[in-house]
Amino acid sequence: MQEWTGLLPVFPLAGFLLLVLSRGRMSRGIAGVIGAGSVGLSFLLALGIAIATLNNGGQAYTTVLWQWMQVGDFAPGFSFYVDGLTLVMILVISGVGFLIHLYATGYMADDPGFARFFSYMNLFVAAMLVLVLADNLLLLYLGWEGVGLCSYLLIGFWYDKPANGYAARKAFVVTRVGDTSMAIGLFLLFSQLGTLNIQQMLTLAPQQWAVGSGIAVAASALLLGGAVGKSAQLPLQTWLPDAMAGPTPISALIHAATMVTAGVYLIARTHVLFELAPSVQLLVAFIGLATLLMSGFTALTQTDIKRILAYSTISQIGYMFLALGVGAWSAAVFHLMTHAFFKALLFLAAGTVILSLHHEQDIFRMGAMRRRLPVSFWCFLVGSAALTALPFTSGFYSKDEILLAALHQEHYGMLLWSGGVLGAFLTALYSFRLVFVVFFGRDRHQSHATASHGHDDPQAAVVEAMSPVMFFPLLLLGLLALGGGFIHVPVDAVFGSGAQEEAHASQLVHTLMILIPIAGVMIAWFVYGSRSYQKAGEHLREQLLASGIGRRLHRFWFSGWGMDTLYEWVFVRPFLTLAALNRRDAVDQIYGWVAQAARVGNSAVVMLQTGNLRWYAISLVGGLVIVIGLGVWR
Amino acid sequence: MIVWWLIAVLFLGGALAWASEALDSQLPRVVALLALLGSAALVLGLALAGQANPLSPQGQWWVLADASWIPRFGIRFLVGVDGLSLLMLLLTVFLGLMALGAAWHEIRERSGFFYFNLLWTLAGVVGVFTALDLFLFFFFWEVMLIPMYLIIAIWGHENRAYAAMKFFLFTQVSGLLLLFAIVCLAWFHAQQFGVFSFDYFALQDVVLEGRVQTWLMLGFFIGFATKLPAFPFHAWLPDAHSQAPTAGSVLLAGVLLKTGAYGLIRFTVPLFPEASASFAPFAMGLAAVGILYCAKLAFAQQDLKRLIAYTSVSHMGFVLLGVYAWNLYGLQGAVMTMLAHGFSAAALFMIAGALQHRLHTRDMQRMGGLWSRLPMLSAMALFFTVAAVGMPGLGNFIGEFLSLLGAFQASRVATVFAALGLVLSAVYSLWVIQKVFHGPLLLPAGQEREAAGGPADLGRVELLCYGLMALGLLWMGLYPQSFLAHSASVLEALLQQTGTPGGG
Repeated sequence: MQEWTGLLPVFPLAGFLLLVLSRGRMSRGIAGVIGAGSVGLSFLLALGIAIATLNNGGQAYTTVLWQWMQVGDFAPGFSFYVDGLTLVMILVISGVGFLIHLYATGYMADDPGFARFFSYMNLFVAAMLVLVLADNLLLLYLGWEGVGLCSYLLIGFWYDKPANGYAARKAFVVTRVGDTSMAIGLFLLFSQLGTLNIQQMLTLAPQQWAVGSGIAVAASALLLGGAVGKSAQLPLQTWLPDAMAGPTPISALIHAATMVTAGVYLIARTHVLFELAPSVQLLVAFIGLATLLMSGFTALTQTDIKRILAYSTISQIGYMFLALGVGAWSAAVFHLMTHAFFKALLFLAAGTVILSLHHEQDIFRMGAMRRRLPVSFWCFLVGSAALTALPFTSGFYSKDEILLAALHQEHYGMLLWSGGVLGAFLTALYSFRLVFVVFFGRDRHQSHATASHGHDDPQAAVVEAMSPVMFFPLLLLGLLALGGGFIHVPVDAVFGSGAQEEAHASQLVHTLMILIPIAGVMIAWFVYGSRSYQKAGEHLREQLLASGIGRRLHRFWFSGWGMDTLYEWVFVRPFLTLAALNRRDAVDQIYGWVAQAARVGNSAVVMLQTGNLRWYAISLVGGLVIVIGLGVWR
Repeated sequence: MIVWWLIAVLFLGGALAWASEALDSQLPRVVALLALLGSAALVLGLALAGQANPLSPQGQWWVLADASWIPRFGIRFLVGVDGLSLLMLLLTVFLGLMALGAAWHEIRERSGFFYFNLLWTLAGVVGVFTALDLFLFFFFWEVMLIPMYLIIAIWGHENRAYAAMKFFLFTQVSGLLLLFAIVCLAWFHAQQFGVFSFDYFALQDVVLEGRVQTWLMLGFFIGFATKLPAFPFHAWLPDAHSQAPTAGSVLLAGVLLKTGAYGLIRFTVPLFPEASASFAPFAMGLAAVGILYCAKLAFAQQDLKRLIAYTSVSHMGFVLLGVYAWNLYGLQGAVMTMLAHGFSAAALFMIAGALQHRLHTRDMQRMGGLWSRLPMLSAMALFFTVAAVGMPGLGNFIGEFLSLLGAFQASRVATVFAALGLVLSAVYSLWVIQKVFHGPLLLPAGQEREAAGGPADLGRVELLCYGLMALGLLWMGLYPQSFLAHSASVLEALLQQTGTPGGG
């Protein structure tokens, strides 16, 4: 199996090419089979490779496809490196990717751009696989940019709406800022180490750089710039909530399960560099903490079902960054995997809700949907339980590992841990707020539907949009979200055993970490769910919003802490103003003056030539006088 | 001999195309096609000859042809081809064919004279890429200028006279500086060795005192930087491009700009190594400023061709950056950028031309949502835009990455600023896609009513041209080695000979 590693991205790439070359003339059935099937083949191959590699004792290996280029000492190859970390990533990408593709054949069944959709999706999977398989940073950068392009194309998939185009451009440009930082990091790394091969770098760097040396700090900080862009962490997180403009399977695959975790992967892959720069590693932890808290508060105030999930994604990646920052590498990868399961589940379930309600996304126009949309309800319940890290769900085990590791951080352990626990409380609050508002309480959609459709039968308005191709992925993801915590990620060899000491903590800590999310769920129940407390809950909300601070805080959180406005004023407007001011190119105008001066000079000389003899005589004499005068005066 | 044949085929083909118009107005383009195919075959022959004989007695030169021209001043008809020239020749004949494809249906008036000018421009370019006598070089430099001036002035758009005159003046004034510097150099040769010579190899032996070297270097630099064009000598380009017919834009962007870069690599730095070394930080600064400034200007344009023209200037900044880094990475990056930008810019100008042909406007404010009407054209536009943004896997990325990689070793500050161009290129490129191809459908008034549902999607000739260029970019992006291998030995020899000044 291992000798076929090179084929992993080839299947989806071939799918992309077939779908593009068909130019939309292919029947939907065939396009769907190609689109989902190609990713399915990749998954089967990935599974085979994983089994073969693990049977082999998890021995890492490299497959060289071809030498990309050779310029002096710079010789990156199209070569793949497979170790435990790669295995986790390719299985998640192709496995979860396949389930989402399958779901999408149902979800997108009526869309006129069906083949185009699957071509972009396949290209995405191919690029993402290259990203995690790359054995050198340049090839990784190819995948990195490739997934960014596909993300752009898919966010703007429904291109006739300018708002979608705006969201797509925003995503691409904001992440490109990070990518550029990463590119500069590549230049620096190459100029210092003379290679971009990841394994060689990880061997050379500790030999050449002292811990905390300037070069190590600069290099890892530049890579971190790329990671925060792709993974939507502070300060480049603003693009992700808007990215929800794309079709919901995109949000599940790209903006939750796979692409946005690329930054986590990058840091985990180059963890040796970050260990050489403790200050940057600590920065990673604090970026994670700040991001997870900020987006937790923001998620509390959102009303769009997909935006809540988007902020929750940002927040959960914040946990992964927190884990990376405290050196809990395998915990980060573990959470990456479980998050892929339950967040994909949540998004796909949200997609079903949205589709069933005819593209309604406002949670306050839903309610009591648990009977109408039973499958979505159960999926949401399972997904939210895992997201909240309720005991025995997959999220519980991964988040538990992260928080324990944070507690054992040398200097700031207590701070990082309590921040993380507060974040877990917020997570419980906003996830179950979503569950209770959408699936419990009064059916607000019914009244809304009757109001708008007049005599239509309100019961007919809401039918769960569900076909076998959509049900099967939901079921499987639901099982994984529940039981995924028992999967052991085979990454010990990648990160070295030293970093993975068993973390011990007191009984109190463990109890707190179990009870606090449950408390969050209960508060959410009292405020949003329970019939008997509903009045009181609504009253409380109104009270909070009525007070000046409460309203202002709500507005502040709702806007994502004003980051969009800040960037609008600091970057976008100055650039637009500058562009508008200098539309005509000041440099060109200088040349214009030269031409103008030549023309004026020409007409001045022309004016002198009057043909008037007396004028000539006067100027002759005058000139003579001036010349003589100059000579005398000197 | 084969080089002379190459030039002769283009010159004669041009004359023949003009003459054949008298017989049939369809004939000139066929003659031009035959002449171009003939020259393409010759270039491929050269490539094979070069592979069979990688190191001729003259060192890195594969093919040299020599004849006396004006013995009084030591002027000779000396031409030669090495790996670098060969790449440029391949680019030239290929884009010549593409320009022919662009003109195939577009040029209907005075087509004989048009193809005459087209082929003569190409002949001049081939001469520029092969001449090793600086007087001969300058002769070809002028040969490629005048037919181009005519192409813009006669077959251009509404403001063609102004644009053509501006193009002519900029190139001519900077050309005069170049000529002056060449003559001075030959004069110094006469002073030191007793005879006049314009021979490239002989002139490298001329010893120049610091100040003189700097002034002569500046003469060369301005001559070539205007052609490239580098900030702040770029002002002629947007006008020339927006007014030129499509085939003219293809040649301008694809080939003529590259002669400037070629001149910097082949002549400016090797002839004046010390002066160039001390000038390098300044040139790299200009490159970084040009990349950012013109990217910002591109974003502000509403005329599609003008916008693409500014992006060209911005991308040429990476070439300037790579050249003045003067190490193997930077130079290879510059060469790859020249090739890849030749393809992508030519394709984008063809797309802009195709849109103008269909919608009768270049104003982006009057277009929108064309994807739903012209899916193939739009997909092609997306592909080439993505290439221009520097997507890895396509040629432009290799060029820009290597340029920056090399530049980083010479000047970190300039490189960091230049790298910000990657962000701006995304800003303006995606804006074009949004404005023209995405969003709600918007066609200029009157277009809706045209028969058969408005503008038509790509025809066969167009599809062939775009397809070939797309494949070329993929080739460059996925296996650049086939190109890099040709230029490597040439560039290494140049580096060795100049002792890698590069400022770091």
